[in-house]
Amino acid sequence: MKVVIDAARCQGHGRCFSLAPAVFGYDELGNGLVLGDGVLDADGLELARLAEANCPEHAISIGES
Amino acid sequence: MTIEKAPVHDFASDWDHSDPEWVKDPYPIWDDLRQRCPVAHTERYGGGWFPATHAGVSAVANDTEHFTSRTVVIGNGRPMEDALPAPIGVAPPITSDPPFHQIARRLILPAFAPGPVNALEPMIRSLCSDLLERVAGQEVINASSDYAQFIPPSVIKRMLGFPEQDEDLFREFVHVILEGIDEPVEERIEKFAPIEAYFQAQIEEHAQNPREDLTTFLMNAEILGEKLEPQHVAGTMILVLVAGIDTTWSAIGASLWHLAQNPQDLERLVNEPDLMPFAIEEFLRFYAPVTMARLVKQDMEFLGCSMKQDDWILLGFPAANRDPAVLERAGEFIIDRKENRHLAFGLGIHRCAGSNLARLELRVAIEEFIKRYPRFELAEPSAVTWAAGQVRGPRSIPIRVA
Ligand code: HEM
Repeated sequence: MKVVIDAARCQGHGRCFSLAPAVFGYDELGNGLVLGDGVLDADGLELARLAEANCPEHAISIGES
Repeated sequence: MTIEKAPVHDFASDWDHSDPEWVKDPYPIWDDLRQRCPVAHTERYGGGWFPATHAGVSAVANDTEHFTSRTVVIGNGRPMEDALPAPIGVAPPITSDPPFHQIARRLILPAFAPGPVNALEPMIRSLCSDLLERVAGQEVINASSDYAQFIPPSVIKRMLGFPEQDEDLFREFVHVILEGIDEPVEERIEKFAPIEAYFQAQIEEHAQNPREDLTTFLMNAEILGEKLEPQHVAGTMILVLVAGIDTTWSAIGASLWHLAQNPQDLERLVNEPDLMPFAIEEFLRFYAPVTMARLVKQDMEFLGCSMKQDDWILLGFPAANRDPAVLERAGEFIIDRKENRHLAFGLGIHRCAGSNLARLELRVAIEEFIKRYPRFELAEPSAVTWAAGQVRGPRSIPIRVA
């Protein structure tokens, strides 16, 4: 599975990189970004799902890699 | 002087966010409106609408084509009277619309990104512990007026590079700007004059003595090779001061007020520090302090309502946060709630630029308080008072700590 952030939707609420710093980071404006290629192992998937469920802008999606 | 107002009989057709009943406890009113309306109307303030649902709030917050942020604080005046023309607005970026909004916002975002903000943690921690030290030994302390109210001004003052001794002044400025909504326009303009003069003096002082702070940064910043308009510099400084103080003070206060009445939540937070990140978000959701306004750009039908040009929209982020249509057990405070897409910091392009800082202050303030006082309770529930206006929070919270 793979996680992506839709940069057009992200407004920098910061929920993803706070809850799941192993999967998400941030740019110089404080907007979220996916670390590496976004391909998730089991732990990563759980964290990414948590972040997805907390993003107020619905900017995170998880799908087949 | 404030204008005398008739009490509200039906919030669905005559809402007023400064009505004593709304100020004291707005949640039952919003629950009722959500079921009945769901967009409430008023003729007060020259006409306005209040969507009580998550769907209604999202629709307006995400629609910058039909709504303008030219004025985001509701008052009695017609909106153009004391505002600069769009798209700059009086306090960029909060009063700016696209496309200028994005330019003004990008300028300040790096200063509020996690890196620079997290570096403030030790300073905030020692500030909190010093404040608690000042009232050490007392059996009853006021979690708002002895503690919460001092934290944000001190942080903002350092960010802007303002004099140590001016904190009391800032709180007064914030009060004038946010809480004087029932005053006539002329009186408001008169009261704004010293605020503008103060900022002007700070700008001049920084021109003489430039230093590493947000004020100097804004004075040197450029948009497409041009320095910012002087009103832009002062407007953004005023915004940071106003947006950063009352809001965070309210969030800290409401959280401590909650813990003072819910010993089981307090005990869990003390014993399970891993809960803190979830608890912080639940405090923010449940007691979201900030409600913002928009103006309708042109006559139109929206959410089934016939909106008129220059009607207000009161954007009830706090009401959206308790909408059962989008959240299970929305009316309950659940300290370990794991899924929480709350809108306390807004939604869309105006997402609170200071949210990283606000969360840091809130977390550290609670951590330091419960470290020193792992058990405490509300001393005098009837003495708790709430601020009126678009920022809601307790202004007096007597707490028994021993
Ligand atoms: C718990 C504390 C806070 C809450 C609940 C809060 C809430 C909000 C909300 C709801 C908005 C959106 C306004 C709109 O849509 O019109 C906003 C915007 C803003 N806030 Fe905060 N705020 C808090 C603390 C802070 C702090 C500490 C600062 C800075 C020091 C700050 C600076 C700003 C700025 C600059 C904007 C305008 C962003 C834009 O228009 O792009 N806020 N805030």
